[in-house]
Amino acid sequence: MIYLTRKAEFAASHYYHNPAFTPEENQRVFGKCANMNGHGHNYVLEVTVKGEVNDRTGFVVDLKELKDIMNREVVDAMDHRHLNKEVPEFAKAIPTTENIAIVAWKRLAPHMKVAKLHRVRVYENADLFADYYGEE
Amino acid sequence: MKVHLTRRYHFAASHRLHLTDCSDDENRAIYGKCNNPHGHGHNYSVEVTVSGPVDAATGMVCNLADLDGFSNKEIIERFDHTNLSMMPLFEGKVPTTERLCVEIYDIYNKGFKHAHLEKVRIEETAKNSFEYTG
Ligand SMILES: [Zn+2]
Repeated sequence: MIYLTRKAEFAASHYYHNPAFTPEENQRVFGKCANMNGHGHNYVLEVTVKGEVNDRTGFVVDLKELKDIMNREVVDAMDHRHLNKEVPEFAKAIPTTENIAIVAWKRLAPHMKVAKLHRVRVYENADLFADYYGEE
Repeated sequence: MKVHLTRRYHFAASHRLHLTDCSDDENRAIYGKCNNPHGHGHNYSVEVTVSGPVDAATGMVCNLADLDGFSNKEIIERFDHTNLSMMPLFEGKVPTTERLCVEIYDIYNKGFKHAHLEKVRIEETAKNSFEYTG
């Protein structure tokens, strides 16, 4: 078994707001992130797949194919977008780093054929990241 | 849906690696440059990883304000710009980064109740890092 990790970057804006909360609760729970004008980050997506090395190609996965899937399913959908307004999953779920990792996993997992998805890591910045390993 | 969340904190501190029951030569043999009697310092990075289900109302494993508040009070304020070798915590013990990692893990493990503690990882320099998972 070998693990392979590929990185991609995207920049996006978001805000944190739960319509079920009062304005005071939103402010208390989400702090600066509650500002409804939004703010942005340079996100880094790290996708780790696992599998056996193919005897003939020496690959665990075709990198070009993995890159295309990551671009199509996550980067194109989120890069230079407003996550709350332009990514359907975040119409209800709050676009925290945790939820972005889960959404990225759900978008990627159905397209993984040869290698299996092992981990999706999303960095909001160098000092904060979330890891999702699927339903363990 | 269980997610792991990792936050990185930074502090600067000095230490000297020295065993009082060993000769100067032995200490130099074991610890090399780190045995310099005047001590030396590092910019430490602490990575703390917590886990738990993502709260449906907040989208969070735990509120970063709670994690930051705890970390500032219990870790940064305690260790930043200190001499680790002089701290009661390391009385009679050599403050290697292995030990620092275990001590910091224990501080989170005892005091931080907002999410499950998975791991503490400390970078002493860009080349050295230490991990403790309990
Ligand atoms: Zn943000």
